[in-house]
Amino acid sequence: MRRKRLAFVWTVATVAAGLYLVVHFFGRDRRLFLPGETTSGHYQIERACDACHAPFQGIRQDACLACHQAGLQAAEDSHGPEKFNDPRYAEDLARLDARQCIACHVEHRPEITGAMGVTLPEDFCRSCHGDVTEERPTHEGMGFDSCGSAGCHNYHDNRALYEDFLLRHGEAQPATVPAAWPQRKAWISGEMRDAGPLGAADADSPPASSRPELIAAWANSAHAAGGVACSDCHAAADAAWSDRPPYAMCSACHELEYQGFTQGKHGMRQAVDLDPMSPAMARLPMHPEALNETLDCGTCHDVHTVNVRQAAVNACLSCHADEHSAAYVDSPHARLWEREMSGEGAPGSGVSCASCHLPREERRIAGDLRIAVQHNQNANLRPNEKMIREVCMTCHSLALSIDALADPEKIRTNFSGMPSVHVQSVDMALSRTE
Amino acid sequence: MTRLLSNPCLRLVAAGIFAIGLACCSSPSTSDQREAGSISPQAMADALHAVLESDRTVYARQVVHRLQDQEEVILASEHWQDDKALPLPAQMFRMGAEMVANKTDAFSYALISKWPVNKQNEPGTEAEIVGLDSVANNPSAAFYARESLGDAEYFTAIYADVAVSPACIACHNAHKDSPRNDFELGDTMGGVVIRILLTE
Repeated sequence: MRRKRLAFVWTVATVAAGLYLVVHFFGRDRRLFLPGETTSGHYQIERACDACHAPFQGIRQDACLACHQAGLQAAEDSHGPEKFNDPRYAEDLARLDARQCIACHVEHRPEITGAMGVTLPEDFCRSCHGDVTEERPTHEGMGFDSCGSAGCHNYHDNRALYEDFLLRHGEAQPATVPAAWPQRKAWISGEMRDAGPLGAADADSPPASSRPELIAAWANSAHAAGGVACSDCHAAADAAWSDRPPYAMCSACHELEYQGFTQGKHGMRQAVDLDPMSPAMARLPMHPEALNETLDCGTCHDVHTVNVRQAAVNACLSCHADEHSAAYVDSPHARLWEREMSGEGAPGSGVSCASCHLPREERRIAGDLRIAVQHNQNANLRPNEKMIREVCMTCHSLALSIDALADPEKIRTNFSGMPSVHVQSVDMALSRTE
Repeated sequence: MTRLLSNPCLRLVAAGIFAIGLACCSSPSTSDQREAGSISPQAMADALHAVLESDRTVYARQVVHRLQDQEEVILASEHWQDDKALPLPAQMFRMGAEMVANKTDAFSYALISKWPVNKQNEPGTEAEIVGLDSVANNPSAAFYARESLGDAEYFTAIYADVAVSPACIACHNAHKDSPRNDFELGDTMGGVVIRILLTE
């Protein structure tokens, strides 16, 4: 009798456990099956296993490239897979197939994961560049674990660190000059309207949805000035009127911005059909009152005022509560921004959060040079030397930029004061020309 | 039809047409032989080299040397993207090789030298070391070998890389990373390595 009872309990427990696993496996949240903590670059999409994994095939290289290839190409990848395809590297590839992203970046292995999600020993450069001191005596005595961590080299992006760039920009540059950011040129990738500027009287919203404060906000906006009517967003493509149209429709005119947004941490969940990112999910400190926000275009850009100045600082600081963000308001950069906002400073002379993290980029489309805002705020964040060319050097010398970005204390205090770290790369490059 | 074939002349013509058709179907043409894989690896490597060498010479002389040194229209630069300049001939060659390697592993090609600006382009395999010496001593004769690299067998051909344009020697002689700075026009500066994959 006792044995029968035990068998019954065992059967029920097994069926229940099986059902539990099946429900989780086929459900939307499969985090139960995560083999280890996901890195900071991927945890936002860890519920979307299929975004990276193919059943019974492991990690798909094309899944990595779907998100990262454009950035690697823009970085003129120093170690792209094409560098290793030559058959002479066959034996090296047998030891470590450097053409595959997962050879160096293994996910769910926090115990061996270092900076930039690298899971190789820190001195991995030694395997190919072990004899570097033969050509570069200046490197004598330097550890191979310092190649990438000392502000000198990056594995993928060396656009601001290669020797001739150091020479060209390293000599006798003034440490700091006034900012002069390029002015944005309205970016409309859909059909341009020819309706001309619109005013409050032109609002074509149905009476039930016509709130005066919203119409007033829209009438003073860049959208109204550009001839974008209420119905262009709320009833796009002759669809039925919607009081809350989906934000994906913003991409009808702002395609590049939406692409950038969905490639960064703010919007990458939408790119794999997950619900939007929320500050509550963040690993960085966030303000408690912002935890329940959801991130889409309207979170930073009020959809009726479309005030880009609000989006450049206040929107960021309403969520981010880490030390670097909190220190911004007392930083020299913030003072420049305040001067521009008050009209004391020239247009483009202020430095906002967006100046560095959502930089303005030149885009040449059909021969027309445009200045567009990169909405992937992670595109230049790690390694931070990616900021040097497009951001820091707008105002600062290359040498000061390299030093400041290598100084964790300066980053924490949002670059108040001069860096206490000195990276020798410019000195070394100059010494070879003497 | 039966009445037509009763004519001896027509019967002869019909038989001739049938015989020609049969011959066409049964004996492969020259192009069919090539498709059947009858081109030797050496002939294939020589053909590839003829194309590569010609294209590279045309680019070095008619694009880089003409536009940079003679007509002074645009510079060629190692950092051609930053400098908004022409890629150097060796960079053009390398970019093409990388693009080919992304498309197929049936063959590959590369530029190597005993005096490379980039140390990674030094000879690495035994065949490359011996082959570079061979073409340096006799630039008009290619060096051929078979190699096992990893799990694959290759037919490897190495051809002399001769300085065909003043732009080549000017750049190498002035480059701070060049181990040799006394190249002259016509010197063998290195070698072009072409590998044909022999294993399936």
